[in-house]
Amino acid sequence: MNPFSVLDGRVAPLDRANVDTDAIIPKQFLKSIKRSGFGPNLFDEWRYLDHGEPGQDCANRPKNPDFVLNQPRYQGAQILLTRDNFGCGSSREHAPWALEDFGFRVLIGSSFADIFFNNCFKNGLLPIVLAQQEVDELFRQCGATEAYRLTVDLAAQTITRPDGKVIPFEVDSFRKECLLNGWDDIGLTLRHAEKIRAFEQKRQADHPYYFA
Amino acid sequence: METQTLYEKLWSSHVVHQEADGTALIYIDRHLVHEVTSPQAFEGLKLAGRKPWRVSSIVATADHNTPTDHWEQGILDPVSRQQVETLDTNIREVGALAYFPFKDARQGIIHVIGPENGVTLPGMTVVCGDSHTSTHGAFACLAHGIGTSEVEHVLATQCLLQKKSKTMLVRVDGALGRCISAKDIALAVIGRIGTAGGTGYAIEFGGSTIRALSMEGRMTLCNMAIEAGARAGLVSVDDRTIDYLRDKPFAPKGDVWNRAVQYWQTLKSDDGARFDKVVELNAVDIQPQVTWGTSPEMVEMVSGRVPDPAAVSDPVKREGIERALKYMGLAPNTPISEIPVDQVFIGSCTNSRIEDLREAAVVVKGRTKAPSIKRVLVVPGSGLVKRQAEAEGLHEIFLAAGFEWREPGCSMCLAMNADRLEPGEHCASTSNRNFEGRQGAGGRTHLVSPAMAAAAAVTGHFVDVRELI
Repeated sequence: MNPFSVLDGRVAPLDRANVDTDAIIPKQFLKSIKRSGFGPNLFDEWRYLDHGEPGQDCANRPKNPDFVLNQPRYQGAQILLTRDNFGCGSSREHAPWALEDFGFRVLIGSSFADIFFNNCFKNGLLPIVLAQQEVDELFRQCGATEAYRLTVDLAAQTITRPDGKVIPFEVDSFRKECLLNGWDDIGLTLRHAEKIRAFEQKRQADHPYYFA
Repeated sequence: METQTLYEKLWSSHVVHQEADGTALIYIDRHLVHEVTSPQAFEGLKLAGRKPWRVSSIVATADHNTPTDHWEQGILDPVSRQQVETLDTNIREVGALAYFPFKDARQGIIHVIGPENGVTLPGMTVVCGDSHTSTHGAFACLAHGIGTSEVEHVLATQCLLQKKSKTMLVRVDGALGRCISAKDIALAVIGRIGTAGGTGYAIEFGGSTIRALSMEGRMTLCNMAIEAGARAGLVSVDDRTIDYLRDKPFAPKGDVWNRAVQYWQTLKSDDGARFDKVVELNAVDIQPQVTWGTSPEMVEMVSGRVPDPAAVSDPVKREGIERALKYMGLAPNTPISEIPVDQVFIGSCTNSRIEDLREAAVVVKGRTKAPSIKRVLVVPGSGLVKRQAEAEGLHEIFLAAGFEWREPGCSMCLAMNADRLEPGEHCASTSNRNFEGRQGAGGRTHLVSPAMAAAAAVTGHFVDVRELI
């Protein structure tokens, strides 16, 4: 996983609530057995005017000019501004894979669905929850300013707006450490292998029916 | 002694290690695996030179990509076939407690075959790379969906990194009306608390209405907990839980069974246990539900109307409704009963168990598919469900009505196989998600109970099933 420390990046606003993971990456692309290459199909049904299938060259597909990520002013965005309950629905990790592959590193919204939120941290993506009025103000500024940018500092847990206002955000300290260092969860967990083994042995003795 | 909720009992009995910020390593008893979310995990494991920690925790099947007809032809889509074959290869290399491959007599939707084979047992932690893993909480398991990185983590370490959830009790009391089922309760709950209402919570379903539900009904309810935003749904153990599991193939036998039952009977929330949030519904208020929009919270009683966005003041909500109505091709204030239906889907991990098929068959018996309905798919949840339904003659009722009786799988719930809607088609579906494009690009899904889906199939539009029987 790529470490994350500070990002100064362009912002793209996706102004709708309950964006589900089916919308983020439609089912036909889940047939891949790889972890990479999902970026061109991010938001496929909203982004393109035709129906997408795996293996297509997306460069030649007709794009929906109304969709926010197709607008010139949001090209190269690394920060996605969203609304309530982003990432709801299916647990598919292909959703954060697609967002990351497209180039996003930070998501800012008023709430995220649990499984999606968790999956982001496994892939070097930082989802940030802010109060509703902070999100509303970011949408307003982003809409009013060409090439709107924010600076996100994970170590300091702050977002800095172009007008100089600093917005603090919360993040679990364990997740923060993992993301700052790009640590592999499995390697970390295996440091506790002895503890896991001892727990397992006791559980097997107390509850043999779970170990058939 | 301090009282505890069921969730707290399950959580505390699985904590292996805890970090200072509360992040815990919890031990995983059962790992359910399917073809879509596992290949990258097996590959990651192999690349890192790691071995699975406990192979006997794994139960696997192919369900998302598998066709539901012409099994003799195999899987025609080469990309789907490769994914299913990759699962075959991975399980052959690694091993499992049980594997039900494509065409196996016990193959089926992972959330149907777990309980019916007794691999889901009370008190377990159950994970699967699939959000509807919450289904298994009907057996007082701590069960939730995980991402593919977590699938790899569980394979490698038998543990999951988790933070403790908050607890919510959804209490439903009283007797359900005629033809009202668990699906209507689930949709009514989501309509009440919203699709993010359960975010951060584990939801326990309790109250006399829930106690009176069959295990199938409880599974339907816990299945939809994720649609309310909760990773886990739960129901405390009672005699019904124990009776369901007795003599299931992988359930314990003899003395071990007795010992297990003794423990399982403790797996209920203590009287007076404190929940972070309590939501109460009266069963008598719950009417047949139909979703009209593109999120499960966009739901109404069958006697109701599609909302008018002009009457909504919150701009984000109003635009959400406008967008949904546009996608669904519906005008504001349209009576639900006037929404035309093109296809009907009876199946999915929500509603493809034997009780669901019986519920639909009661409505269909002696009737036929309405002429305006293009297709009705009945897709049993597993090979065992299919055989049971055929032993009861249910398939003959469906076939006589002009419905299609298919092989088991996820099918048109998510349309990864060939079963899908055409753009613009409306579908009365017993599945769990009405998202844009969920059942096929441009398809329009209306979530309903099996009885309501059957009623739509024989009348051509949504109708209160109680008018038919």
